[in-house]
Amino acid sequence: MKRKNWRGALLRPQFAALAAVLLINWLLFPGFFDITLQDGRLFGSLIDVLNRGAPVAILAIGMTAVIATKGVDLSVGAVMAIAGAVAAVLVTGGASAIVAVGAALLVGLLCGLWNGILVTYLEIQPIIATLVLMVAGRGLAQLVTEGSIVTFSDPVLIFIGTGSLFGMPMPIVIAAVLTLLATLIVRKTALGLLIEAVGVNRSAARFAGISSGLLLVLVYTFAGFCAATSGLIVAGDIRGADANNAGLWLELDAILAVVIGGTSLLGGRFSIPMSVVGALIIQAMNTGILISGFSPEFNLVVKSGVIILILIMQAPITSQWLRARTSERKAQ
Amino acid sequence: MSIIKKLALAAGIGALLSSAAYADLSGKVIGFSQIGSESGWRAAETSVTKSEAEKLGIDLKFADAQQKQENQIKAIRGFIAQGVAAILVAPVVSTGWEEVLGEAKEANIPVILLDRGIDAPEDLYLTSVASDQVKEGRVAGEWLVGQVGDKDCKVVELQGTVGSSPAINRKKGFEEGIAGHANLSIIRSQTGDFTRAKGKEVMEGFLKAENGGKGICAVYAHNDDMAVGAIQAIKDAGLKPGSDILVVSIDGVPDIFQAMVAGEANATVELTPNMAGPAFAALDAYLTNGTVPEKFIITESKLYTPADDAQGEYDRRKGLGY
Repeated sequence: MKRKNWRGALLRPQFAALAAVLLINWLLFPGFFDITLQDGRLFGSLIDVLNRGAPVAILAIGMTAVIATKGVDLSVGAVMAIAGAVAAVLVTGGASAIVAVGAALLVGLLCGLWNGILVTYLEIQPIIATLVLMVAGRGLAQLVTEGSIVTFSDPVLIFIGTGSLFGMPMPIVIAAVLTLLATLIVRKTALGLLIEAVGVNRSAARFAGISSGLLLVLVYTFAGFCAATSGLIVAGDIRGADANNAGLWLELDAILAVVIGGTSLLGGRFSIPMSVVGALIIQAMNTGILISGFSPEFNLVVKSGVIILILIMQAPITSQWLRARTSERKAQ
Repeated sequence: MSIIKKLALAAGIGALLSSAAYADLSGKVIGFSQIGSESGWRAAETSVTKSEAEKLGIDLKFADAQQKQENQIKAIRGFIAQGVAAILVAPVVSTGWEEVLGEAKEANIPVILLDRGIDAPEDLYLTSVASDQVKEGRVAGEWLVGQVGDKDCKVVELQGTVGSSPAINRKKGFEEGIAGHANLSIIRSQTGDFTRAKGKEVMEGFLKAENGGKGICAVYAHNDDMAVGAIQAIKDAGLKPGSDILVVSIDGVPDIFQAMVAGEANATVELTPNMAGPAFAALDAYLTNGTVPEKFIITESKLYTPADDAQGEYDRRKGLGY
């Protein structure tokens, strides 16, 4: 039974899409799957896909939980900018890296808490509640950095963005650990079920004895934490906090990753690992476009075309049609 | 940077640009409607404009439009109501200025545009001070031509945001600069959206696609930030930026001078944040003896290499708010 589940999971359209995108990349650039060791660190296009996809994957982990509760968090890109700004300003001001990282993560948690309170206790619609921080948050980040790019040379912060553990770039390690932990926590406890219950029907969940308010606040706070983690990675990667551009529009990529991963925007059923796969599909596409040599005017058109194809592949109508055809063939 | 240093710096910049005396602008009230603080360069432009005005004894009324044209129009109307001597505008968009500039013209207040042009009849403003973006690209291209001589050189290009005028013009200028030199060719060109993070990511892709970067002789970035990102990508690939792969870019922000000091960048073409200096000079001549300035004043696109006291240039710029 278990085994069949695994096989079924691997046959999901998301994996087919990821394989197809990677295959196209390989056709465009035969060295795509080459991986070498460079200065004790794995180096290759496939590693790039994982490494560059990590920030969005981490955002998508938090975003999945939020979307599963029928919410959405538009502020994650701005929270990334704030977290990066806070960390950069603290280390350049002489604070230790531990303090800077701790403060950045704390700020992320507070931003998430703020969203959660707006959504839960003030009952503002999530899209509006988080829009507030999406707009104001970037301004806050700019206030922290005073509008300029704050560069730092702190080895710990840089390590978060560009270091490596056992040859694996740190962003990949962090994303993998977070994915694993988050999945275990929601699937090995009742938490996942509770989140789904709140997402399907908040009132019904409350009547069933779930403290849905607390759960919602928790979910948004977690999304804030994920965003801050992503923000630290992005800042460490360029050795500076770019308040104007860090995380810009990444909330949309995160939402897209969740949707590609098959989580419904209407709440309920969700899968964190599949959202991470969604993030990797997006990044595989981005990397493919970069190495393909197309002129940049085509970037967005190609990207949207591929996304439409992926969404069509996963649409219920497509799977129904496929099922009908296979059963027809069997009947013959 | 201390205030005294800032003032000394401002005086230094001014001394380079001004030969005429500005006696007439002293004590005058001039309005300045700035776009907002979209980038480090713009922050530097604001601080240089303020220090230029301070040096000349101008009472500068500063209005930050926060990237909104309606705020700029309000600010200009406010300046007209106050009866300022002149108005400087860094227009956020190119259209929709006829009415408010018409009002300024009726009130006999000269308007000077800074660093961006507008689509409006030319009689609505006194002059426009801006850089020539095509020339910036050309200067970068010509520097590279001189640098590589007869050797074959494959160049990768990091473009600005697709469709933005600096991206279009700086690309065009660079192509003009290397035209006629068959040994130079642009083999890859992608957008890095003017940001460090994207510059680094795109350069990573280029390095992989060109045999680990062995086939690339130079990278040309449409702004310094993307070049800073590219430099990190080159280092990650185990190559030496500045020698294995030449790095040339545009803008002249402090961090690229820092990279030059470290031997990791080779040249940058400055987009001067001092648009106000030439503007005040033109205004002074106009108010003193009615000399009508040229309609389009082009600022200098100066090339800097590590030989031009990169450390000094870094120190001079780092306090400007880039």
